[in-house]
Amino acid sequence: MEYEVVIGLEVHAELSTKTKIYCGCTTEFGGDPNTHCCPICTGMPGALPVLNEKVVEYAVKAGLAVGAQINRNSKQDRKNYFYPDTPRAYQISQFDLPLCINGGFDITLKDGTTKRIGITRIHIEDDAGKLVHDTYTGGTLVDLNRAGVPLIEIVSEPDMRSAEEAVAYVEKLKGILEYIGVSDCKMQEGSLRADVNLSLRPVGQKEFGTRTESKNLNSFRAIEHMINFEIQRQKEILESGGKVIQETRRWDEATGEGYAMRSKEDADDYRYFPEPDLMPIKLSDDYINNIKENLPELPERRKARYIEELKLPEYDAGIITSSKALSDFFEEASKECGNPKAVSNWIMTDIIRIARENDIDYSDLPFSAKRFASLIKLIDSGSISNTIGKKVFEDMISENKEPEEIVKEKGLLQISDESAIKEVVDRVVAANPQSIVDYKAGKDRALGFLVGQCMKELKGKGNPQIINRLIMEYLK
Amino acid sequence: MKNITKLTSHEIREGYKNKDFTVKEVVESFYKNIDEKDGDIKAFITLCKEDALKCAEIADSKISEALANGTFDELPALFGVPIAIKDNMNTYGVKTTCASKILENFISPYDATVIKNLKEQGAIMLGKVNMDEFAMGSSCENSAFFVTHNPVDLTKVPGGSSGGSAAAVAGDLAPISLGSDTGGSIRMPASLCGIVGMKPTYGLISRYGLVAYASSLDQIGPMTKDVEDNAILLNAIAGHDEMDSTSANIEKKDYTKALINDVKGLKIGVPEEFFGEGIQKEVKEAVEKAIEKLKSLGAEVGTCSLAACKVALPTYYIIADAEASSNLGRFDGIRYGYRTKNFENLKDIYKNTRSEGFGKEVKRRIILGTYVLSAGYYDAYYKKAQKVRTLIKKQFDDAFSKYDVLIAPVSPTTAWNIGEKVNNPLEMYLADLFTVPINIAGIPAISIPCGKDNNGLPIGMQIIGKHFSEETLYRVAYTFEKSREV
Repeated sequence: MEYEVVIGLEVHAELSTKTKIYCGCTTEFGGDPNTHCCPICTGMPGALPVLNEKVVEYAVKAGLAVGAQINRNSKQDRKNYFYPDTPRAYQISQFDLPLCINGGFDITLKDGTTKRIGITRIHIEDDAGKLVHDTYTGGTLVDLNRAGVPLIEIVSEPDMRSAEEAVAYVEKLKGILEYIGVSDCKMQEGSLRADVNLSLRPVGQKEFGTRTESKNLNSFRAIEHMINFEIQRQKEILESGGKVIQETRRWDEATGEGYAMRSKEDADDYRYFPEPDLMPIKLSDDYINNIKENLPELPERRKARYIEELKLPEYDAGIITSSKALSDFFEEASKECGNPKAVSNWIMTDIIRIARENDIDYSDLPFSAKRFASLIKLIDSGSISNTIGKKVFEDMISENKEPEEIVKEKGLLQISDESAIKEVVDRVVAANPQSIVDYKAGKDRALGFLVGQCMKELKGKGNPQIINRLIMEYLK
Repeated sequence: MKNITKLTSHEIREGYKNKDFTVKEVVESFYKNIDEKDGDIKAFITLCKEDALKCAEIADSKISEALANGTFDELPALFGVPIAIKDNMNTYGVKTTCASKILENFISPYDATVIKNLKEQGAIMLGKVNMDEFAMGSSCENSAFFVTHNPVDLTKVPGGSSGGSAAAVAGDLAPISLGSDTGGSIRMPASLCGIVGMKPTYGLISRYGLVAYASSLDQIGPMTKDVEDNAILLNAIAGHDEMDSTSANIEKKDYTKALINDVKGLKIGVPEEFFGEGIQKEVKEAVEKAIEKLKSLGAEVGTCSLAACKVALPTYYIIADAEASSNLGRFDGIRYGYRTKNFENLKDIYKNTRSEGFGKEVKRRIILGTYVLSAGYYDAYYKKAQKVRTLIKKQFDDAFSKYDVLIAPVSPTTAWNIGEKVNNPLEMYLADLFTVPINIAGIPAISIPCGKDNNGLPIGMQIIGKHFSEETLYRVAYTFEKSREV
């Protein structure tokens, strides 16, 4: 039987406010354990929360950026559960009246098609602390530095049908949040993480199948792998006549496998009720309009500009603008070297590749846009060939040096001295008379062979245009 | 001259001004009285004698200086005045136990806003006083440590949950004290011990640092020997606090200006539901007599109905317990407080810490509160209770469209024997019948003595007002108090 995959995502993004959501402690990442804390975020008896207004502003910004409606009246609720990283034994979240509802945006897929993914709601809540396993005593320690860092949870509609769509959705969402500056979205630091709800149903069936929820995925790769694993797992269950159990699962990217954490039967009853320590959140039209008017250029707008003004292919423009850091890199490097097309080509191939291989964020590339622009300039000026350029690019990463320096140190400067090249061409042609005959007989490949032989002798540094021209003179 | 420990705070201040005694002498007198009498009364859990005496010395030098400079009147009203604090308010460096085993050795890392305010104004904390565990109870018998006795008759309960605060003042162990009132916890013990206790409007006093029982109902308030002291203490602790989102941002008032001996033209409503079944005859008669007295002083009296108050008690226990079940989740043995020694895994730590650390009544309310918030029961209990809450508020609003204040008994009975109701929680709950509606509505009420029963036990009446009408309540209370002196 053919199955259709149904995927909905809950994305948690840490907001980049300076202070925590309910107290004045810093949100800075790191710090010695339990140094970014106070009676409020450690849940001391009698301490009370006071809502950080920036958190509301950032959440409203996010809502407007994904085209959501903003609730004029919303409230916060307690979600009760026991866990050592949750000092009050309840999280303050939003239950039935979130700040934002009914949004969505289009994602672009590799085949160039677009698809709209709906966003059900965005609400604010506080993050939990962190449990650290202490190898010295064998015990578990609690670090509450992160407890109380503001989060928004963005809940999508179950609109996605494949790992590709889910990844494209998260990439786009991440880009939007970066653009509006409400979150640094660093997935490796956990400031953006996704829970994936996934079910299968026979093609043509309207009702959803039983879903599982896989928690806390913090890389695109993990999302993709987890989804493909889970599809396969559920498919095998269904095909063997079994039933998928509704459960919460954990994905282990290292082993490439998912594990059941708990089934719905023993799931917590969170006993949500309105948080009595906080007043309802009331927002005026002026407040919302003011935020709307001050939203920065969003990826959609940038993408259109790249296509119209810079003539980038739509797909490339979409990929580059999906990340603000990448797009900012693109703009700065293009401005510096004056060749956006070349920068775009490099991004689409090598830069995306090295970011994926090393699992790094585009804001943490091992070279600046300016340094990268120097490389393009070396190629464009003919000082090095494109092929040598690729080598310099790799060295730039491993050696952390300016491209000019690498070219100079390794003697990679392109040979454009015509007499020196001619000497080599003469020698190669003399040694391969058959190639001349073949070419004249219509075998175009012979030209490539001759150029290759010359390049080999010139250790790859010969100017390809000059080599071509000189060989053609023999072939006329 | 009167014994120092019999004085009110304003009398103590007069004494400082007239150099009748020093702060050190005052503080020492109270500790001497505690030494002599608290073995029987058992009001204090923790004494801060060393700190208090140090503060007294500093206060004395400042008072001498002020007297020499002619600036004494600029000193805050409670400067150098000793005070007892209910043990559910956080006090930096001093144990804050909530009379619970689970916080038996908890030393607070911060001051509650009320404590900060009192310290800034030079009040001197004598110690922390007993209460029903986590403020859950009406007799002070639910303390994990010991039972507090009513100073008027040591065989009787002092009322609760602020029983220690009331007993300390009634027993001359402290001139003034702070209590907290979630369903009657200030007014009930004030009534049973024969002192004055005010439950202010919800939001008038910051709850920051008050260990939460039921967040939407809890309110700190003053407990004193007379109405004037009550207004003075309220002045010292009322006001907006940025640390408490539910604190009202209203202009600061001087409540002592409301101490006017005149109720002419004031409209008093008598809610019928508060004088019905279950009320002790002497209590009913004393309150009715007090109303007659006010009428004779020029007040207009009429009746009104607050029918929804008949279901105030179940409404209260649903809302309060729901909030308590969540508020008390943090006492889990992980970061502070009692932790069980008997565990092999995380679940054991939670289960055994809480089973061993909480008393019976606290556990009863946590279980009840957890139940009413559970999936499938929320609408039937919590949501319905919120609807009734709205209805009760509305009925009070209606009553206040006709009357300036309402007058009713505080407790249906005078103080009962220690141990009499401990095994019957429902009967114990009934003691709060007349006080809980006021917390549900969020309005203020003051309890003042209005007579004695045949055994000489105090009877209290409560004067109830609309939101932020504390001044009117003080005026009525003051006038009545004055009329009894004559």
